[in-house]
Amino acid sequence: MRAHLIRRVLQSGLVLLVVGFVAFSMFRFVGDPVDNMLGPERTQADIARLRTDLGLDRPIPVQYARYLAQAVQGNLGVSYRLGRPVADILAERAPATLELAAVSGLLALVGGVALGVLTAIRRGGIATGVLMTLSLVGVSLPTFLIGIGLIYVFAICLGWLPSFGRGDTVQIGGWTTGLLTASGRRALILPALTLGLYQMTLIMRLVRSQMLEVLSHDHIRFARARGLPEWRVLFRHALQNALVPVITVAGLQLGSIIAFAIVTETVFQWPGLGLMFINAIRFVDIPVMAAYLMLISAMFVAINLLVDLLYLFIDPRLRPAQQRSGG
Amino acid sequence: MMGRAADGAIGRGQSLARTPRALLSLGVLAGLVLAAIGAPLLAPHDPFDPATLDLMNGFTAPMTHNPYTGDLFWLGADDQGRDVFSAILFGLRISLFVGMSAVALAAMLGVSLGLLAGYLGGWVDGLTMRAADVQLTFPAILVAMLIFGVAKGITPVAYRDEMAIWVLILAIGLSDWVPFARVVRGAAMVEASRDYVLAARLSGRSGPAIMLRHILPNVLSPVLVIATIGLAQAIVTEATLSFLGIGAPPTQPSLGTLIRTGQSYLFSGEWWILAFPAATLLALALAVNLLGDWLRDRLNPVLQ
Repeated sequence: MRAHLIRRVLQSGLVLLVVGFVAFSMFRFVGDPVDNMLGPERTQADIARLRTDLGLDRPIPVQYARYLAQAVQGNLGVSYRLGRPVADILAERAPATLELAAVSGLLALVGGVALGVLTAIRRGGIATGVLMTLSLVGVSLPTFLIGIGLIYVFAICLGWLPSFGRGDTVQIGGWTTGLLTASGRRALILPALTLGLYQMTLIMRLVRSQMLEVLSHDHIRFARARGLPEWRVLFRHALQNALVPVITVAGLQLGSIIAFAIVTETVFQWPGLGLMFINAIRFVDIPVMAAYLMLISAMFVAINLLVDLLYLFIDPRLRPAQQRSGG
Repeated sequence: MMGRAADGAIGRGQSLARTPRALLSLGVLAGLVLAAIGAPLLAPHDPFDPATLDLMNGFTAPMTHNPYTGDLFWLGADDQGRDVFSAILFGLRISLFVGMSAVALAAMLGVSLGLLAGYLGGWVDGLTMRAADVQLTFPAILVAMLIFGVAKGITPVAYRDEMAIWVLILAIGLSDWVPFARVVRGAAMVEASRDYVLAARLSGRSGPAIMLRHILPNVLSPVLVIATIGLAQAIVTEATLSFLGIGAPPTQPSLGTLIRTGQSYLFSGEWWILAFPAATLLALALAVNLLGDWLRDRLNPVLQ
């Protein structure tokens, strides 16, 4: 088991090195950094001096090592478009995205598990049929159309909720939060729904199929035969077993929540990392793109590792055999 | 020659005629594809010819005569007086073209790599599958965005709009080869150990010939399933990128680009500029998805 963990950590490290190399190559080979940093009025001497300053005259592996070392220390270069250090921009934008992703993830998990259990118990009911059909449509529906639809209904027709921005925010240390003000919370509702809905349908379908499978097992029949109350059978004996694969899927979905936050942030003009990334692509702002890539990869790799650990924690069958006997 | 997997499945899944949902999806998809192919003939206006546009027709509502020009637009007109119906037909063309080309690219790349990895094994297999693992760490749409951004950076500024469609195909195609490679690799490994492959090898056929003539035909049915589901995904990815402004340019609008344009008129009440392209996209994605589901159940019950 320890060998497995060590292998996973090494693998993660390798992924990060590869991603770092991709980011470095973008930085180094897409467009000429010297060209991008010096204005049109420059002399050959300026160019040569900047090349030496940036280390562009050194061998490629040395440049790569230097790039990684600087990235780890938080020096991610300067945005071509905004002329500010990329690290500052990231730090300023990250809270908005993390708050959005956390709230949507929570929504997807709670809503998905609740609806999944409901549709598994009420098999063949009308509500189940409606929910299953809706979830099928929901899977085909592109995120941005969900967002536009919600804006149309709740912001334009009903006028209940704001259609763009973060509302009022409060600064706590280096973190700006919208969760502490009423307008911030209202502004969060539609984006969080948009982002969480797709994951919610996925989790709901998974929980349902897992529940249906577990409910047909003998230990459930035995629990019922012992006269345990139904809620206890459902939640203690069935749901707990059904949730094991859900954890993996939910964990991996956290990654796609962060990726699709790009879409949601654009629809709602949410001032987070995703909107920054889209603008970086549109204006070919390579340092910002490279930095976003590295930040996101670090997050994804960390999430994958955590999911693996959590799996061990939740499923006793995967733990070393000596702890339990007879299972 | 269609192989064991396909033969075994026949009869287990339901035929097309007995599944109205799949039949309906096929009908919708066929209709949309025909409309896209026949767009130059079917479209009442040419949305790319500025000479035929009349600004007086701007914002004409659907099925009403414009009070100034008296022109009628089935699905209304946009801000510049462009017929929304014609724009959708041409947008559909671009959406389908990009989606299909991207899937074709992904399938070619994935199937080739999967065959090589499964048949040769060893370091080829190791390298290909590690690359697949790394790429799978990231959602396909993110990979597509990055490839698009890098390719855009490499393209000279003057050609960026012109090349956008091809860059888009490249980005989506390269982001989606992994499922093909994984399935083909697995199937190729199984097939490679069978007697008929051994016989072919003993009779002196070369490696490429064995891969293409003997193994490939036997792994085609799962490839078809993945390609159909991949097509729905590619169409949605294309629409998303274009909606975000990093895909098909306004000079060659896809459905996503049209939705992007239409979004700004939602607040002022001109809902038709957005609603009809969005409905078309939805119908297309849903039809391909349902068809893919049916195909999966029918051709390969093992694929879940």
